Amino acid sequence: MEQTGAQIIWECLLKMGVDTVFGYPGGAILPTYDAMTGYPVRHVLVRHEQSAVHMADGYSRASGRTGVVVATSGPGATNLVTGLATAMLDSIPLVAITGQVGSGLLGTDAFQEVDITGITLPVTKHNYLVTRPEDIAPAIREAFAVATSGRPGPVLVDITKDAQQGKATFEWEKAMPTRHLRHIPPFPAAAELERAVAMINEAKRPVILAGHGIQLSGARAEVLTLAERADIPFAITLLGLGAVPATHPHSLGMMGMHGEAWVNQAIQEADLLIALGMRFDDRVTGRLKAYAPDAKKIHIDIDFSEFNKNVPVDVALGGDLLQVLRAILPKVQSARHTPWLERINSWRGDSAVRDIKNLPDDGHLYAAHVMHDLWKLTKGAAVVVTDVGQHQMWEAQYYHHDGERSLITSGGAGTMGFALPAAIGAKMACPDAEVWVVAGDGGFQMTFAELMTAVQEDVKVNIAIINNGFLGMVRQWQELFYESRYAATPILSPDFVKLAEAFGVHGQRVDKRADVASAVAAARAAKGTALIEFRVEQEDSVYPMVAAGAALHDMIRRPSPSPLAETGADPV
Amino acid sequence: MTHVLVVYTDDEPGVLTRVASLFRRRGFNIHSLTVGPTERPSVSRMTVVVDTDANTARRAVEHLRKLVNVLEVQQLGQHAKVVRDLALIRVSANATQRSEVLQLVQVFRSNVVDIAEDSLVIECTGSLGKIEALVDTLRPFGILEMGRTGAVAMTRGLRTDPSLVSSSEPVRAESSQSMSV
Repeated sequence: MEQTGAQIIWECLLKMGVDTVFGYPGGAILPTYDAMTGYPVRHVLVRHEQSAVHMADGYSRASGRTGVVVATSGPGATNLVTGLATAMLDSIPLVAITGQVGSGLLGTDAFQEVDITGITLPVTKHNYLVTRPEDIAPAIREAFAVATSGRPGPVLVDITKDAQQGKATFEWEKAMPTRHLRHIPPFPAAAELERAVAMINEAKRPVILAGHGIQLSGARAEVLTLAERADIPFAITLLGLGAVPATHPHSLGMMGMHGEAWVNQAIQEADLLIALGMRFDDRVTGRLKAYAPDAKKIHIDIDFSEFNKNVPVDVALGGDLLQVLRAILPKVQSARHTPWLERINSWRGDSAVRDIKNLPDDGHLYAAHVMHDLWKLTKGAAVVVTDVGQHQMWEAQYYHHDGERSLITSGGAGTMGFALPAAIGAKMACPDAEVWVVAGDGGFQMTFAELMTAVQEDVKVNIAIINNGFLGMVRQWQELFYESRYAATPILSPDFVKLAEAFGVHGQRVDKRADVASAVAAARAAKGTALIEFRVEQEDSVYPMVAAGAALHDMIRRPSPSPLAETGADPV
Repeated sequence: MTHVLVVYTDDEPGVLTRVASLFRRRGFNIHSLTVGPTERPSVSRMTVVVDTDANTARRAVEHLRKLVNVLEVQQLGQHAKVVRDLALIRVSANATQRSEVLQLVQVFRSNVVDIAEDSLVIECTGSLGKIEALVDTLRPFGILEMGRTGAVAMTRGLRTDPSLVSSSEPVRAESSQSMSV
């Protein structure tokens, strides 16, 4: 039986198990929207196409499923670019379907014609321009295979209007993809696995670098077995938070630019680094020439092009992390590294006394307090979706993520405006989860129109706006490196409580630590989406900090509170 | 140093853009890139000469393997190989200089494909070194115009990847990609 190309699109999506798509209609995608009414698919109407990608991204990060986006040609398609780049840099599987002008108009600068496959070439794993209805099913089926295989990422399928309108026979079995299997890498050679095992068994000061690949590969149990059996502490990348539990005895916490000093010190003094599903980003290595100078390095990753990109390694094991760890683990000997762990712990004590949690309650509200209290009040069980900036780092430092997929954040791209739409997507993927947005006053203003999407779709997310009246992280860099010339960083905000009211959601303002708990409770109790504006200390900075280009151990530490005072009773 | 990569791709629109874009995006310096049909109707073959260190060349290969349209990549560095470039060179030569130029052309086993009143067009096929030597030799006469194809390369002896001629999907040529550094 012949069907229209538009119907074939939905048939394909149903076959792929898709029940939710995020999108925005328009001229060139109209046939597909028209056909949608005949299919059991929930369409989430966004307020801007960039948010559609972030929602699909949050949906994918929260559930592991592939997020799906639908948009029209021209500006509808170009608005996807930031979202696609965000997903690309963080290895998130997405499929974006865009309408395109009729094939006869391609290349003529027709109304709303943009070369979106050309534009998105470097920010997708692959993309397609489909001009015939019979090519739709193979393209979409392969798009899902490409998005999810190997190192995941976004794929875009651009489909001309005449391909959506034309007719073809829907042949799912004939659309079976094979090209994504062309380069399945061989498993690491036994000798290489043996070398890695020998290095692990001989190490005296080993550290595991735990990355996002642990989550993507589903290797949490194997990583913890390695850490426990061989007594190896693990430092976690921003995207690795939650992939392994933060409160595990072998957990050191987050590494890198805003990692705690003891974590970075441990990496710098290690004699062996075991990098698992991470890519030695500049935000975690500091100055490369000074990075972990005494350490041998084992790198396990599914993307062979990552080996020796930034950090030369001694053994590179290419493949799926879970499979590689399963091959290694039987030969890893039980060990104890007590002196090494004690040494790291002594540094930890040194950092703890500078911790902002220990500042006296002097009437000022600190973002770190809000994060700490939110962690306690939600018992660490919420899915937290952050925006980008200071609040993101404070969240990473003070909300201790134990659960998998419990932190959703734009790491590689650092995309402001990500949090609210990604949280809406996360909540749709996991309706039973308690989802919190943690955003700054700057980033929230980029995409807050999606509040209305949350209302229209009856989605409950709880929103904590950390309002310090600045684009805080940029202000911090200006303070530290540009002699406090605050160019373009003071930012005004609307009355967020009235804004919430205008959107018909619960709104509240907090400026004292004593009020944090009751506000969080009220937000959680509110029926729909709820917003709390936390008015925090304006010129507070995130510490410790490795300045860009500095060695990883060369950290700017927290100003020591003097005289040192303890808060006494924890208000939460 | 230069590394020669042979890249088999689907013969589809946009594949050259994907390969070129990858090299641009990653900052890999292309010395030359040629593309043409192969013995298989749906497969194109590119010869890419990159000017870079060994680790970067290896990363370029791994990046190429991530492209959906790439069937196989061979790095010819470690194999015995034939590398050929074709040049058309228009050299200034009046009637009195012509015979001298013709002699040189013979030494290089090249051909004269056009003769005008005060110039000759020479066709030269050979290794990159041979063509450069001919160009240096002709330079004193005055090179008016030159066009080169860029290198096309092939391993000597048996094909390293017989699966490319069969109908099944090709596999990687190397036995193991895990490596020590």
